[in-house]
Amino acid sequence: MTAHVLKLIVKNALRHKLRTALTAAGIVVAILSFGLLQTVIGAWYAGANAASDARLVTRNAISLAFPMPLSYASRIRAVDGVAAVTHANWFGGVYQDPKNFFAQFAVDARTYLDLFPEFRLSEAERTAFLRDRKGAIVGRKLANQYGFKVGDSIPLRGTIFPGQWEFVVRGIYDGGKPTTDTSQMLFQWDYLNESMLKTFPRRANQVGFYVVRIENPDDAAAVSRAIDEQFKNSIAETVTETEKAFQLGFVSMSEAIVVAIRVVSFVVIVIILAVMANTMAMSARERLAEYATLKALGFGPGFLATLILGESVAICAAGAAAGIALTFPVAAAFSAKMGTLFPVFHVELATLVMQAAAALVVGLAAAVVPSLRSARISIVNGLRHAG
Amino acid sequence: MGEARAPLVEIRRLAKSYWRGGQPVPVLSDINLEIAEGDFLALMGPSGSGKSTLLNLIAGIDKPDAGELRVAGEDITRLSEAELADWRAANVGFVFQFYNLMPVLTAFENVELPLMLTRLARRERRERVDMMLSLVGLAGRASHYPSELSGGQQQRVAIARAIVGDPRLIVADEPTGDLDRVSAAEILHLLQRLNRELGKTVIMVTHDANAASAARAVIHLDKGELVAEP
Repeated sequence: MTAHVLKLIVKNALRHKLRTALTAAGIVVAILSFGLLQTVIGAWYAGANAASDARLVTRNAISLAFPMPLSYASRIRAVDGVAAVTHANWFGGVYQDPKNFFAQFAVDARTYLDLFPEFRLSEAERTAFLRDRKGAIVGRKLANQYGFKVGDSIPLRGTIFPGQWEFVVRGIYDGGKPTTDTSQMLFQWDYLNESMLKTFPRRANQVGFYVVRIENPDDAAAVSRAIDEQFKNSIAETVTETEKAFQLGFVSMSEAIVVAIRVVSFVVIVIILAVMANTMAMSARERLAEYATLKALGFGPGFLATLILGESVAICAAGAAAGIALTFPVAAAFSAKMGTLFPVFHVELATLVMQAAAALVVGLAAAVVPSLRSARISIVNGLRHAG
Repeated sequence: MGEARAPLVEIRRLAKSYWRGGQPVPVLSDINLEIAEGDFLALMGPSGSGKSTLLNLIAGIDKPDAGELRVAGEDITRLSEAELADWRAANVGFVFQFYNLMPVLTAFENVELPLMLTRLARRERRERVDMMLSLVGLAGRASHYPSELSGGQQQRVAIARAIVGDPRLIVADEPTGDLDRVSAAEILHLLQRLNRELGKTVIMVTHDANAASAARAVIHLDKGELVAEP
């Protein structure tokens, strides 16, 4: 019986090949768009998702734009529960043209790499980076985008830190996880600080943010409070939060955009639901006499509902399969086109599950009304549609 | 009606109305009728006389407003929708004016449809369907789709579908209404064979006096009432 039902469902779905193909094409586009938009949202949260539970970020309480003294490092290190501390500054330089945006950080190289083990670098490259005052490492994605190779020189025009800066690529790091940001450039904090000492001494020995590794992630709140307590009523009070909260702070700045993208992604699904419902309503209306005949032969309303629901789900499944399959190459092309705007841009398993679930919901919802109508129609009335 | 055989269909004071514009329109009133097992009865009458309605009631695809309707001793007016569906599957074979075959199924698959509701194994179903297609002279057309068959052939497939479940009663609503004279004669001959050789009780609605002449008995309806032959 099941095989026959499946056969009938497939044959019904292929009865109007053009209509089915157009509907399925609509579903492909909708599911693909949905997946792509969900991936964009995922990319927005990539930094937060990649954050470690064992890392805290300490910044100036006024804003990230205000620095803190380098001397805070030793006091933070002395707080109970702190395992290691590193510091960094956002550099904000321009590579050739302002549109060539990518993140650059001046980092205390040795400790920074220790705290971020997901930045995978060969031992030789690491050594070369640590030895060279003007050395820099770049992520694989960034290197691919601009064609940076080891030994290349990267000139940057400083905006926050004025002047022309020259860095030499000493290594290219890979991500330890798919969510690791490989679109950054890291260089020696000491190089930046020495330059500041010469040109703007008042800006020397100032740190943009500290990254703290804690011994136990469960103690994050207590350690954060203890660090901030250290600097209460000082000239640079601090705010310490988990790395995830720190990253989400950036996302919240553009939350309206994220909400808009999320809404649009669901609107796309609602539109295709309307299209699919129309297709199924047309199909069911055309077949009323057949459904009445089946009922006359003894088939129950459940059988008719199965046929209609099955056909709807089959068309959606075909469209969704193609849409999901296309999501990968389209997302890759989109990511390449966007460059380092989205440091991490990959299709997550959750997105695939949501795509499949959306297609299933569309398939079932589109068939509900036609199924009910067909199941409820009287045989006598249905047979009048014949001929 | 019929001879000394036991009645298969017993109808007492049957009435049926349809609602149009909020008003009941009587279609059948005070129908009393017995149809013997093995009979071949033609129901004739002008359009709107209620003959198709009476056929639908006997076949269990419509419900009367009043009266008794027993088929093989079972009062089918008391059955629920689900019980009626099971009853139809077991007892009634349908032949429609426009054949009502599933266009996406082959002749074989169309004939096999009613057997999907049985517990028959695949091999048994195949044997039965092959036998029915042979009986209606379409053994070589099993894999053809309805669109590849003539009207007469499609109606023969419909007849094979009607009898594949071995029902006691075959109801045919204008079975020759959409056919040319030759095909119509073939269909009527086939219905006669089913009646004579297999003992099926056949009730046929028709406008056509020639078609009615194939039946063993003819009854007339006019304005919802049984009338003497005009």
